[in-house]
Amino acid sequence: MNTIAQLLQNNKKKILENWMQNQLSDTSLRDDLISNEELRRQSDELINGLSRATAGGNVDNIYAPEYEPVVEILSDISITRARQGFSPRETGMYVLSLKQAIITVLQDKYSEQPEVLYKELLTVNNLLDMLSMVTFDTYIKGREEVILRQTDEINEISTPVIRVWEGILALPIIGTLDSARTQIVMENLLQEIVNTGSSIAILDISGVPAVDSLVAQHLIKTVSATRLMGAECIISGIRAEIAQTIVHLGIDLSNIKTKASLASALQLAFSMRSVEVRKISKNTGFHIGR
Amino acid sequence: MIVMTKDTMQIVREQDVVPFRNRVREMCTKIGMSLVNQTKLITAASELVRNMLKYANGGKVVLETISKNAQAGIRLVFVDEGPGIADIHQAMRDGFSTGKSLGLGLPGAKRLVNEFDIKSATGEGTTVTIIHWKNGR
Repeated sequence: MNTIAQLLQNNKKKILENWMQNQLSDTSLRDDLISNEELRRQSDELINGLSRATAGGNVDNIYAPEYEPVVEILSDISITRARQGFSPRETGMYVLSLKQAIITVLQDKYSEQPEVLYKELLTVNNLLDMLSMVTFDTYIKGREEVILRQTDEINEISTPVIRVWEGILALPIIGTLDSARTQIVMENLLQEIVNTGSSIAILDISGVPAVDSLVAQHLIKTVSATRLMGAECIISGIRAEIAQTIVHLGIDLSNIKTKASLASALQLAFSMRSVEVRKISKNTGFHIGR
Repeated sequence: MIVMTKDTMQIVREQDVVPFRNRVREMCTKIGMSLVNQTKLITAASELVRNMLKYANGGKVVLETISKNAQAGIRLVFVDEGPGIADIHQAMRDGFSTGKSLGLGLPGAKRLVNEFDIKSATGEGTTVTIIHWKNGR
């Protein structure tokens, strides 16, 4: 058995105490996010795992199977911490303060043998640096997951299909229309056409900042799909600058009904469905007097 | 011609397109470009950046504010190290695309901006330079 494994096994208690002290004395410790007992439990688990992993003599390859439990514990901790809102510094300090704790014990034990101390220090350093890399990797992964989930949520909420009148649907598109968005927009729209039996859909692009040929292509595809379902599509919200840009780009939208505003698109939809909106005079048949 | 500000942006993912466009928009507002000209430049830039992502797996864009004869403008240089374009003449034709798109990106971008220059060699990459002046002329 090598020195580190021995050290870890014989001084487990001491190292844990040191480590806990290091963590608790750190002013940036977020005791609002994690309780002391929880912290102690996690730390204990990690030291146990580490002492088991080093027992085989492997101290430089953390990708070996015996390190799997350690890496797993660490990943678990960093992902949980990322979700709980710890900063990268706080997450990184967790492993790095363990290094400090082990080094203190090493120094106590080998203060008379500088050569051994030096060698062991290097090994401990290497091992824990690698482990802190794992923490960072998984911390970022945890954050990435949060971002991905939010992207999904934004995509979901930003594509509502509104039934504005009997047989008329409106779909305000806000933000950039990329392939993934188009897919969601198209699915929602086609499903809603089936559900409501609508015959006219208004796609409002007032909230789309730039219409380039890719966006136009996606719009044309959506219109074609709607037509295949037997419904008619009107594109509204074409601003003056976008109209000019589309012409210069050379995109042909001439066989698609387009309008400048949602109001005029709605009016067109009404006339297509032979609906008339009239102002009624409130005063007719109403007479006050003696 | 004087270069007033110079900036570089790496484009490697689809998600980089929106921040890039916003950056161009910021520059346009700073020199006081009108909304129509802003939209033209941004759309052209968007086309070129999408081409870069689609055919060359990304590249970089140099963004410059320039000035010539007391006229402010914006120059964007799109540099990639992709497969290059075999026949530029063909690529600049409306409706030609080796991908499944409308084939309007390059010719459309050329029509949208004041100055357009494209250089490409197969196997070495493509460089597209566009300039748009403040008043659009």
